[in-house]
Formats: sequence, C-alpha cells, structure tokens
Amino acid sequence: MTGETLLEMCDITKQFPGVVALDRVNLSVEKGEVHVLVGENGAGKSTLMKILTGAYSKDKGQIFFMGKELYVKNPREALDLGISMIYQETSLVPHLNVAENIYLGREPLFPSGWLNKSKQYDWTEKILKKLHLRFLPTTSITKLGIAQRRMVEIAKALSADSKIMIMDEPTAALTEVEIDELFSLISQLKKTGISVIYISHRLEEITKIGDRVTVLRDGQKISTSEISDVDIPSLIRMMVGRKVDETLYYKKEDAKIGEECLRVEGLSRKGDFKDIDFTVKKGEILGIAGLVGAGRTELVRAIVGADPIDRGKIFIEKKEVKIRSPHDAISAGIGLLPENRRDDGLALDLSVKDNITLANVTRFTRLGWICKSNEHSETEIYRKNLKIKCQQLNQSVKFLSGGNQQKILIARWLITNTKILIFDEPTRGIDVGTKAEIFGLINRLAKKGVAIIMISSYLPEILTMSDRIMVMREGRITARFEKEDANQEKILHYATVG
Amino acid sequence: MNIKAFKKILVSKRQSYILFFERLTPFFSLVIMFLILGFLSPYFFTLNNLLTIGIQVSVIAIMAIGQTFVIIAAGIDLSVGSVLALSGIISAILMRGGCPISLAIIAGVGTGSFCGFINGFIITRGKIAPFIITLGMMGIARGLALIITGGNPVFGLPENFSFLGNGKIFGIPVPIIIMSFIVVVAYLFLSRHILGRYTYAIGSNVEAARLSGININRYNSAVYVISGTLAGIAGVLLTSRLVTGQPTAGTGYELDTIAAAVIGGASLMGGQGTIIGTIIGAFIMATLRNGCNLLNISAFWQLIIIGAVIILAVYYDQVRRRHSATLGG
Repeated sequence: MTGETLLEMCDITKQFPGVVALDRVNLSVEKGEVHVLVGENGAGKSTLMKILTGAYSKDKGQIFFMGKELYVKNPREALDLGISMIYQETSLVPHLNVAENIYLGREPLFPSGWLNKSKQYDWTEKILKKLHLRFLPTTSITKLGIAQRRMVEIAKALSADSKIMIMDEPTAALTEVEIDELFSLISQLKKTGISVIYISHRLEEITKIGDRVTVLRDGQKISTSEISDVDIPSLIRMMVGRKVDETLYYKKEDAKIGEECLRVEGLSRKGDFKDIDFTVKKGEILGIAGLVGAGRTELVRAIVGADPIDRGKIFIEKKEVKIRSPHDAISAGIGLLPENRRDDGLALDLSVKDNITLANVTRFTRLGWICKSNEHSETEIYRKNLKIKCQQLNQSVKFLSGGNQQKILIARWLITNTKILIFDEPTRGIDVGTKAEIFGLINRLAKKGVAIIMISSYLPEILTMSDRIMVMREGRITARFEKEDANQEKILHYATVG
Repeated sequence: MNIKAFKKILVSKRQSYILFFERLTPFFSLVIMFLILGFLSPYFFTLNNLLTIGIQVSVIAIMAIGQTFVIIAAGIDLSVGSVLALSGIISAILMRGGCPISLAIIAGVGTGSFCGFINGFIITRGKIAPFIITLGMMGIARGLALIITGGNPVFGLPENFSFLGNGKIFGIPVPIIIMSFIVVVAYLFLSRHILGRYTYAIGSNVEAARLSGININRYNSAVYVISGTLAGIAGVLLTSRLVTGQPTAGTGYELDTIAAAVIGGASLMGGQGTIIGTIIGAFIMATLRNGCNLLNISAFWQLIIIGAVIILAVYYDQVRRRHSATLGG
C-alpha cells in the first residue's frame, strides 16, 4: 500500500423496485491494496461492483478514479479505463488458446487488417512470464483446470492494463494448493501497483490476503477496518446484526412431528458432497443452511434421482429404496421444487393446468387418453386453494410472477401426493407478501404430515421456519442444531470456517 | 375492486383478443390467398381444381403431421423424404412379387415405422443430435431404395392397388379421406392424449419434464416412430397414385414438411406447434404452387416465391412472439 488513493466511491445509492439495494455507501481503495468486501447474500456487494463497472447505473453518488470523476456506461468502457472484473464463471472461450483468449476483441493487427499472430504470442508470453504462469500461449483453454483458467482471466485483465481488478469469490472450487498459487499471484499484482477488490465469503482466507476490509449489510456500509484490527467473530457479528425484523411477516406454526419419513446414509458423490447422513420426520421441517456452492443443491438433486450418486442409501419410512431417476423418486413419494424455477421446474410453453398436472397426469388418464374435464376441475381446486393469480387455467405460465410460478410448482406436488417435499431456495425472486403466503403453505403441508427439507441462503428464513437445522460447507455437514440452539452467528461460523 | 385492477383486466382482455387473432394469421393468409387466386384465375375455384390441390397436398401433409410431433419435441426429422421412397419401393416390390396387397401395404408402412424407431433409438440412447442421425438415415434409406431397384422404377403393380391414390369414395378422392382421418387422429393425440402432453413438455423444457418423472427416452423415441410411420403411409400412398415405385420419389420433401410446420406456427426450439397450423401451412404451400401453375408462372420462379413465403412467415412469427412477450411481461 502506498497511501495514494486510486478509487473513491462516495454516497452511492441504488434503488430497485421495492428495495434500497445500496444506501449512501462509501468505499475507497488505495493503490496496490487488496481491499476485501464482505457481507451476506444480498448485502449489496455485487450491486456496488456492478455500478463500478458500469453494468448498473447509480441513482445518486459520485465515483472518482485516479483523481477524476468517473462516468462509465458499460463494462467495456470501464475495462478500457482500467477497471476489470474477474468473474467466478470464467468468460473464456474454451476452444481458443490462451493468447487468443487474452486478446479476444483486442487482437493486434497489421495495418492491412490481418491478425498479427506473432505479436499476440510475444505479448502473451511476456504477461505469463510476469505472472510466473507456467503454461504456453498456445495451450487450449480446454486443457486448463479451473484455477489456471482463473489465472488466464487475471492475465487478460493485466494485458488490458488494468489498474484495479475486482475478484468475486476467486477461490471458489479451488484446492488449497491452487489457492496458495492464486494468493502469490495476487501478491505479484500488488507489487506492480495494481489494486484488488476482493469479494469472499471465506472469512479465514481474507485475513491472509487482505489489507483492509469493508463490511456491507442490507445495502449499508457498516465499517472499514485494517485487517489486523479485526477477527472472524467480530466480522460475523457485523455481517449479521439485523435491522428490520422480516420474520414479523411469517412464522412457524407448530405441527405434530411423527415417525421417521426419510433417512439418508453415507450419500456421496465425488467433488460435490460426501458422507451425508440425516433424517426427516413426518411434519418436520429440516433447514439446510450454507453458502452458495456448498453442495446443497447437488445433494437434493441426487436424492430425487436427477443426478447419480457414487454411494449411499436412502430409506423411506424405514424401507430402503433405490432411486435411479426422478420417476423412481416420485413413485417413492419425493418431490423437488428446484432453485431455478424457469430452467428446471416449469415448461414455459405449457399452460397453468398442464404444468400443475405434469408429474401426475396419468391420474386423469384411461389408456393414455386424458379426461380434460376432470383434469380441469381438479386443477381449479388447487388454483383457488393456493390463490394462484391467473386469468385462466389455459394460459401459458410464461408471464406469471415468480410467486405464482412457485405456487404452481407447489400445486404440482400437492396433486401428486408427495410424502417428502424438498424446497430449494423457495423464496428466491419472490416479493415479501408472496413469501409469507409460500411459508404459510409450507406450514400447512407440515401440519398435514409432509416431511419438508428446505434449503435457503437467507438465515432468518432458515431460523424461523426450521425445526432442525443442518449446515453444509464444501460438500460436508459441518453442524446440526435444534431450533432453540441455533443463531445466525453460529450458522455463519460453520458455513464459512467450521 | 379499485379502478387500477379494473383497468388491468380490461387491458388483459384486449391482449388476449390480440393474441388470439395473431394465432389465426396463417389461416387468414390462406383465405386471402384463395380470394386473390380466385380473382386472378376463373379456373381456381372449380371443384376439380380444389380437389387437385387436396390430392397434391395429402402426401406432404401426412408427413408434415409426423414432422410436427418431432418439431414440438424440439427435434427434427430430415429422413422423411427418403423413408417415403424406401417404404414405397418395399411395398411395390412385394406386390410385383405376388404378395397380397394388404400385406404389402403393411410391410411398406412398417418399413417407415422401423426407420423411425432406429432414428429414435439412436437419438435417445446415444444422446446424439437428431439433425445428424436423421441426416444419416436420409442417406441410408435413399441408398437402400436405389440398391433394391437398381435405380429403376418398379412397374407392373396390381390394378386394385391404384385405388388408394386415385380412387374416390362418394366423389371424394381417397388420399383426401386418408389425410383427413390422420389429421383428426393426430389432433386428438396431440391435444388429449398423454403422448401429446409429454411431447409438448419435453420440447418446452426437457429438464422440467425429467424432474417430473416423465420417461424422456420413451416419449422422445415415440415421436420419431410416429414420423417414420406417417412417412411410410405417405410412401405407399404416393406409390399407389403413380402406380409405380419410384426410388427417387420424395426428394426434398423433408424440407417441405418442415416448412409446413413452421409456417403453421411450430417453433424449431420446441414446445410450440399444432396439427391445424401445420395443415394450413401445407395448404399455403400447395395453393401457392397451384396458383403459380394456373397463372403460368415458371417453376423456377415458384421456388423463389415459396422460399420468400417461408422466410416471411417465420419472420412474422418472431415479431409476433417478441410482441406477445412485451404484452405479457
């Protein structure tokens, strides 16, 4: 650090319909500094960075970069000025080689307009040498691992003469050794006077790499401190201290907890999750907490047979079942409401009715012919019951709101008589009012004796709705709590460092 | 109810009317084409000419129905033209060899089903793009038809056999009756049978369908069997109409069937398409050809006109879809 300020963001405010995403946030970054940005999901970290790179426009506030006020309309302009973003999902073109990727869109040309390949390879070689990277400019991206790809991204940013690099969870999916390599690369960058804004959930690693840390919470800046002045527990406290008690909108209603309904033993798949054991009883809600990428979605997809498992056993009502496909899972009485409704849940061209009966249309068929009037009247009951807002059952689900789409998926599993329902981020993209309705439905289901598993990254939801909570980190269960024993600090601790 | 909510309902009513009429556009285009051609050529509206159009359209329409199933399931079947020829040849050869007509017909149609089964099997089990597999089948079926016949037409088919393609029942040509029957059955299957429901679901979102417990492989194979079978029926019908087995018959028909489905509103991305739409699409193309003939427009120009119509139809459909997306969202 040189003490020379490179970037100054002042009073940045950004509103989205219904929410203040950022409320007068300040951030200053010095030359050659690694400035860490932490906060829960939805705290405003990515919004702030998107404003810096011009992907979003700010409502209020000013940004000063290298002493001048900065106006960028899109990430391309920001890149040209020296602000680059290293994405978690790499933006590299797999079938081109390293040099071609680094100079993609900025290829060195001869005056005649033909590609100047030798210059491109020379330049690339210089950059790779500078960063001590040990692969050739001609290596195809497909031959590189995730860590190396991320380093190519960094090389790409460096070649664009970046002054400041934003890294969003750069260590996600990397091994210990690879993380060390990445950190030594970041130290290299620092020495050459490049600043890094480092976003991470992994609190133990930021103390290794960061110079200063800024905590965001619910769109506000809580503090900026020298890394040496803070420890992990105090960071966690700053991240979770909550203002509005959103839990006023919904609450858990008591349901009678019955016999064991689902038991999972030693479920494993290489690279995704390992040795998972748990049980859920009838009428019970089991919450699964963890950070994005902890393996929660992979686990539940495997339970419903959407993806294969390497080993492990699944018991339903104490009898072992073999689940090799979603069809097996449905016959066994398990239903999944996927995290990504549009990609994995709904058939968007189909009508409300057809989507509701998709998993159990055979109930209305004789020799394969669908009795439409039965189907219609039965679906109508669910529409009324769940208050699905649509003009008619025959309209396409494409244009319905997220909340209504979620209700349609709930109706699909109600009509299928499932014993075990798995909700993966049930309130993602759903407004507060509908959220309360969805949780009301989950309560009703539990009362009817359905065993429920709920994945959520939003801690107040998990804490309010669950009877028991299980925390996952890097594919393993790191903690289990009864409802009374859990709090945000504990969960966050086991999700990040436990 | 407050005023805002009331307005919202009014707007949405209007939207649904607009959407309804937009969906009928292919039908209105056909009607307008009929009126214009009737005005330009006095012969156009004679019963004789209309029946001719009907007969001409029947072979393509039957195949296009199969193609519609495949396209709704987000696939494509390029082999139908060649399968038509192979099926026709098989039934013709058997008949010339003294096999009973009915058996020969079943064998011809069965050949089509078998080709479709092979397509579906490799596409679903091998997880290979339908474009590639059916392109391969297109070559194989055509090659077999040519090898079996040595490249020569098969003559000498029994008199009675020609009834299928040239006969009339109560004054209506048999091919039109067969086509109508298939249209009704296919319509019912697509709208009221589980097979149709799953076809739409798979084409719209295969992952959602899989997570809903639908046996994707089974239903995805089924659409290719349907397509192959209908190509087989079309092959036998064409052979009967020509009273000759032509190994080169149906060349390029696959593109006509795809065009018919697409003009009728089917989406190559899957999930969208109807039997009625496809039939209208097939009629639009046949009527255009017929009209061009009546008006003495050269066959070369016909190619250009039909090509332009296909592009226009699909372009219009894209605009409509974007429009309805903004209306709805």
